[in-house]
Amino acid sequence: MDNLISGFAILTQWQVVVALIIGSVGGVIIGALPGVGAAVAIAILLPATFAFEPIVGLTLLLGIYGSSMYGGAIPAILINTPGTAVNALTTYDGYPMTKRGEGHRALSLAYSASFFGGIYSILCLIILSPVLAWVAPHFGSREIFLAAFMGILLVILAHRGQIFSAAMLAFFGIFLSTVGLEPVKYTKRFTFDQSWLSSGVDLIVVVLGLFAISQALLLLVDKDHAPGDTHVRGSIFAGLKELLGLKRVATVSSSLGVIMGMVPGTGEFTSQFLSYTYAQKSSKNPEKFGDGSPEGLVASEAANNAVPGAAMIPLLALGIPGEALTAMMLSVFYVHNVIPGPQLFADQMDFVMALYMSLILLNVIVLVFLLFSTNLLLKIIQIPTRFLGIMILILSFVGVFSLRNSVTDCAIAAGFGVFGLILKRLNLPIVPIILGMVLGGIMEVKLRSAMARVKSPLDFIDRPIAAILFVMILGIILLHIRTLVQEQRERLKPQPTGDEDSTQQG
Amino acid sequence: MIAKTLQDMFRRYRRPGDIVFALLFFAFALFLLSQLGTETKVVKRTKWFAQPALWPMIAIWGMVIFSGMHLLSSVLSPRIPGRLKEVTFWLMSLEYVSYFLIYVVTVPWLGYLPSTMLFAAFLAIRTGFRSRGAIGISLTFGAVVAIVFRALLQVNIPAGRVYEYLPDSVRVFALTYL
Repeated sequence: MDNLISGFAILTQWQVVVALIIGSVGGVIIGALPGVGAAVAIAILLPATFAFEPIVGLTLLLGIYGSSMYGGAIPAILINTPGTAVNALTTYDGYPMTKRGEGHRALSLAYSASFFGGIYSILCLIILSPVLAWVAPHFGSREIFLAAFMGILLVILAHRGQIFSAAMLAFFGIFLSTVGLEPVKYTKRFTFDQSWLSSGVDLIVVVLGLFAISQALLLLVDKDHAPGDTHVRGSIFAGLKELLGLKRVATVSSSLGVIMGMVPGTGEFTSQFLSYTYAQKSSKNPEKFGDGSPEGLVASEAANNAVPGAAMIPLLALGIPGEALTAMMLSVFYVHNVIPGPQLFADQMDFVMALYMSLILLNVIVLVFLLFSTNLLLKIIQIPTRFLGIMILILSFVGVFSLRNSVTDCAIAAGFGVFGLILKRLNLPIVPIILGMVLGGIMEVKLRSAMARVKSPLDFIDRPIAAILFVMILGIILLHIRTLVQEQRERLKPQPTGDEDSTQQG
Repeated sequence: MIAKTLQDMFRRYRRPGDIVFALLFFAFALFLLSQLGTETKVVKRTKWFAQPALWPMIAIWGMVIFSGMHLLSSVLSPRIPGRLKEVTFWLMSLEYVSYFLIYVVTVPWLGYLPSTMLFAAFLAIRTGFRSRGAIGISLTFGAVVAIVFRALLQVNIPAGRVYEYLPDSVRVFALTYL
C-alpha cells in the first residue's frame, strides 16, 4: 500500500503529468499518420528524454507506445490504410464496415476493444507483480543468459518464411554489439584502427538510422500521396456497450496479447494472428471474417493493445526487452543508471507502481481524446507523405546529433538509414538487428559471469528456472522442426509465389 | 522430384532486387570472416567463455551461414523482373543522404535555427512543394523544431559560430536559445 501511495506521489509531479498528456495525445496523432508509427517517434525522442528524470522520459515514451495503435486504427478503418504496421489486420474487417456505412460503429468498437486490451494487460501486470517480485531474484546470470538466448531464438523463428534473413540480421546485430574496445581484456574488436570505431556502434544511432532515417528516405524517394478527405458521423460511445456483447472474444484476445507480449521476440503480430484465428473458429458467423465482422475487429484491436503493458514484464523484471520499442526504452533506464531487473522490484517498487498507474491513465486520456477528436485527426493525417519525410529527416537530426554532437554518428545513422530502406523495400525484418544488438551484449556479459561457477555443462541448468528455460528452448526448437516437416509435406502441392508488390513501407 | 523439393524448401516471399542484397550481405559476411584473425585477439591464460574473440566469431559465423542460405534461396527462387529499377530506387536515396550530411556539417557553423529553416525549405522545393504557402509552412516547421528542442528542451546542440558576429544585444540570446 505504501508503494502504491508513493507511486501515486511520483505520478502527481507536473513534469510526469505533462509527459503523460503529450505522450498519449502525440502517440495517437503519430499512430494515425500512415508511414510514421511509434518506432520512428520513439527513436527520434529517445535522446531528448535523457535530459529528463527516468519516470518522465519513460512516461513520454510509454505514452507514445501505448497510444499509437489507437490512432493507427483510424486510417485503417476509414481509408483502408493502416496507420501503423500492426493495424494491418484491422483493415480486414474495419474497412468493409466503413463501406457498409458503419464507419463510426467500427471506430467506436476499435477504440473500446483497444481500451479493454490496454487496461486488461495492465491489470495482469499489477496482479503478476508480487509473483514477479518473488520470481525475479531467482534469475541469476545463467537464467538471464538462457532467457536472452530464447528471445533471440524466438525473434528468428517468429519470422516465418524469412528465417534465414531474420537469423543473419540477428547475428549482424550481435556482431554490432561486439565492435569497439571490449571492457574486460581491453582488446580492440573490429575497429580497423579507426578511432571512431573504438567506442563501438551506439544502439541509438542504429535505431534512429534503421527506423527513422530509413522511413524518411523511403517517403522522400517514393511517389507522393496523401490520404483522402473523410469524416465520421454518429456516436462514438456506442462501441463500449457493443463490446459487452463480445466480451468473450475481447477477453481471450487480450489474454493472448498479454502472453505474447511477455514472450520475448513475438509481440503484436503473433498475438493478433492467434486471437483472430480463435475468434474466427469460435464464431457463429466465421464467413463474415474479412468482410466486416465486429468480432474480427475486436480480436485484432484488443490483442495488439494488450501487448505494450505485457511487454514491460520481461523488461522490468529481467532487464530483457522483447521487441524493438522496449529495447529502446532500456537505454533510458541505462542512461539514468536505473538497472531494470530483479533489484528494481526489491528497491524501487514505487517507481514500478508509478509506471503501472501511468499506463492506466494513458489509456483513459487516449479514449477520452479520441471520443471527441476523431474528425480533427482525420484532417491532420492528410499531410502529404513527402512532407512527412521532410519532417522525419529534420527530427532525426536532433535525435542523433544531440547524443554527442558527432558528425560521424550522423553519417553512421545515415548509412543505417539506407540499409533500413533496403530492408523495408525487400520486406526483410529490422527488429532482429536491434534485438541482436541488445540481447547479444546481455548474453556476452551473462555467459562470462555464469561460467565462472560452472564446472560441468550440466551445472549450467542445475537450478530449477534454468532447467525450465532450457526445456522451453528445446521445446521451441523441436516444435519448429515438426512444423517445418508438416509445411514441407504441404508444400509438395503446387502453390502461388505470393504478392510481389508488398513491402513494409507502412 | 528432389530438385523440386529443394527449390520448394528454399522458396519464399520476396521482391525484386533480393538477390543483389543477398549477394552483397554474403560478401560482407565473408569479408568480416577474413578479418576475424586480425581484428580480434585470443588472450593467453583466459578460458574460452571470456575470450574477446568468442562473440565476434559466433556472430560472424552465424552471418556467413545464414546469409549463405539466404543467397541460396534467392538463387533457387524464380527471377522477378524489376531488379535494376529496385536498385536504382535504393541509390536514389543517396541524394537525400548527401543533403542530410551537408545539413549536419552546416549546423555548427550557421546555427541550428537558420540551418534547419533553410534545410526544410530546400527539401520542400526539391520534393515539389514550391508554392509560397508550402515553403512558408516548411520554414515555420523548421523554426518550431529548432525552438522547441534547443530553446525549450535545451537539447545538446552547439551554437552556430556565426552567432559570434551578431550585435551584442542579440548575441547572448542567440548563443543560448537558437
